[in-house]
Amino acid sequence: MDALLLARWQFAITTIYHFFFVPLTLGLSIFVAILETKYVRSGDEAFKKMAKFWGTVFLINFAMGVVTGIVQEFQFGMNWSEYSRFMGDIFGAPLAIEALLAFYMESTFIGVWLFGWDKISKKAHLAAAWLVAIGSNVSALWILIANSFMQHPVGYAIEGGRATMQNFFALLGNPNVWYQFPHVLSAGVAMAGFVVMAFSAWHLLRKHDVTIFRPSFQWAAVYALIGAVLVGVIGHFQGQFLVQHQPLKMAAAEALWETEKPAGFAVVAAIDEAAQSNPFEIKIPGVLSFLSYNNFSGEVKGIKQLQEEAVAQYGAGDYIPPVALNFWSFRIMVGAGMLMVLLALLAVAWSNGKREIDGKKGFLRIMQWAPMLPYLASTFGWVLAETGRWPWIVFGLQKIEDAVSPNVPAWNIIFSLVALGALYGVLAIVAFNLAVKYGTADVKIRESAAAAD
Amino acid sequence: MVLQTVWFILVTVLFIGFFFLEGFDYGVGMWLPFLGKKDGERRVILNTFGPFWNSNEVWMLTAGGAMFASFPHVYATLFSGFYLALVLMLVALILRGVAIEYRSKRESAKWRAIWDWVVFVGSALPALLWGVAVANLMRGFAIDENMNYWGGLLPLLNPYGLLGGLVFVALFLMHGANFLSVRMEGELAERARKAAFQSWIAATVLTVLFVVWTFFATDILTKPGVNGLIPAVLAAVALLAVGYFRRAGKDGLTFVMGSLTVVFATIMVFAGLYPRILISSLNPAYSLTISNASSTPYTLTVMTIVAVVFVPIVLAYVGWTYWVFRQRLGLKSQVVY
Repeated sequence: MDALLLARWQFAITTIYHFFFVPLTLGLSIFVAILETKYVRSGDEAFKKMAKFWGTVFLINFAMGVVTGIVQEFQFGMNWSEYSRFMGDIFGAPLAIEALLAFYMESTFIGVWLFGWDKISKKAHLAAAWLVAIGSNVSALWILIANSFMQHPVGYAIEGGRATMQNFFALLGNPNVWYQFPHVLSAGVAMAGFVVMAFSAWHLLRKHDVTIFRPSFQWAAVYALIGAVLVGVIGHFQGQFLVQHQPLKMAAAEALWETEKPAGFAVVAAIDEAAQSNPFEIKIPGVLSFLSYNNFSGEVKGIKQLQEEAVAQYGAGDYIPPVALNFWSFRIMVGAGMLMVLLALLAVAWSNGKREIDGKKGFLRIMQWAPMLPYLASTFGWVLAETGRWPWIVFGLQKIEDAVSPNVPAWNIIFSLVALGALYGVLAIVAFNLAVKYGTADVKIRESAAAAD
Repeated sequence: MVLQTVWFILVTVLFIGFFFLEGFDYGVGMWLPFLGKKDGERRVILNTFGPFWNSNEVWMLTAGGAMFASFPHVYATLFSGFYLALVLMLVALILRGVAIEYRSKRESAKWRAIWDWVVFVGSALPALLWGVAVANLMRGFAIDENMNYWGGLLPLLNPYGLLGGLVFVALFLMHGANFLSVRMEGELAERARKAAFQSWIAATVLTVLFVVWTFFATDILTKPGVNGLIPAVLAAVALLAVGYFRRAGKDGLTFVMGSLTVVFATIMVFAGLYPRILISSLNPAYSLTISNASSTPYTLTVMTIVAVVFVPIVLAYVGWTYWVFRQRLGLKSQVVY
């Protein structure tokens, strides 16, 4: 395998892995801060216990997010040095600002939160919880500002073979950011809701600490519903934005080879990328036009026509992203998202007010496994976002093949792939086991393990 | 030129913060299995940096990010060039972070013993590798006319580079033990004081060797204009003072002097490099300097404004946490890690 392909695999693996931990950090940090706010306002000790319990789940996850995040910052220079040279003037700034504004804040105040229960006032401690939540989410904002430039470059000029920043505020005002950031944030909220419901369901089925896990479930259900609905609604508008600005990504996500007016939505399809056709598909007429333009008659351009247009604009080359991968990624993301809305609705309906969710044993059993859905949705959402940009690393400006480090031999990348891959594999098992062990332990064991109590 | 110099200084400041703060963290990590004999003792040792280590590590990330933003070519050349060393460092740092967070979350003695050794390796390896890297930066390495280094890992593991690695390990051991002497009480603190003195001897011997070699093998201390001579002298004075105050039993002053040693040594390196950042051993014209490797004035201006506003805020709240958690820890203290 050549260095380029290996470097792409490495980026895919390390980034997907890193993003297993990120959405939960985003959503759970806010959830814990909300619980602690409730505790400080009402003085109800149950909410303090809840904040501590979910705070520790947060920490187990956060630790993995932090350490795998170091790789993210390093690998642009390691594997993609030509990208770093080409884009450094623009891409480095949000990264540095992310560290300065967000990383210090979240990592400093997580220490204060964890060690400060008896050292500082209740209100100061609550402030620490919120600063962790704000820091985590501000960090997501800045990294998405950086990513949005790669999706939809704005406020730049090309000078001396490099992209140079012309307008910092254009970077911040990039419309892509303001679809992508709320989309990612609400995905994190939904994920946190589902993870909290899953652990709570486990305990409720065994009648452990009902006073803690019943309200946990109740709050998480509402939280998950808000997140799941928002992520879908925002995603819809984000899709329409992409139809305008990255039409090939969306055409690939629909496996739409020929231009259609009105365009139908393929629910499933067998895709033959070599022949550029779908031997089999089930289509609902007009729906793709509606998804793209909110009307049932609009024309949606197909892959073949878009490829010709891209050649006319950028010169000869293959501009078609991996169609089957994008088609199925999109369907997994959307399908999982719809199931999440449904499950969250049921969870809210059966746990709100004075209703006790404990009786719905079958539902609780399902909810123990439901976190798979947000993890699938997030992962495949990013697969679509990143592979759908193919062949561009920076849309319209630099191709992936021009971005790789020229001086790193393939065997170096294999070495790092194997080393990091093995490490990530082992740590995934360790972290998952620890989270499950902690999340499902009874209060006594938990308190001696957490020891801060 | 002014903006580039400002950013050269800012990056230097970030590395000073990084080596000063992570320096004692690495040191504490290396001492963990040796100074802590029982589980309770090891927990105390880990909790000395418990509330701080996460934010200390951010200094490295910020230094990297700032380098990317202000001198993208340096970031690209260095990170692609020192590829395998960085892979090893990443593995070590990942393991270390997970080990610190997870080791006390289960009762099992075996579980904890494994993670304690992971903390040791995860602290020793980055210390060594940073030393090797810095020594090679001081002497220069084979950067070609396109700003690329093709040599791989082996040429970096030359005797001078390895000595640099050992100097870092010894200095951080001393710095970590000094930190532990300030942060712990009773018998544990006594052990840390002894360890501090022993590692001070090792650090002093190695540093003298390294500085002499540096004088002959590089132009860091001797080049005309800005060079590293004055900070080197100040670092040497501070290092001698560490031994003096350690013998005099002054924990606080010992730690301060050790910190100053790290600070001045870092200044020595960067002052000796300026205005170069990465020295090419093939041809001085291939070196990356603050002028040929930097971002545009526009980006540097934006970043300067951001830094001027936010660096003081960060310093204020980070400083506050050290004040909140200033109490010495002993076996009766509450521990989290």
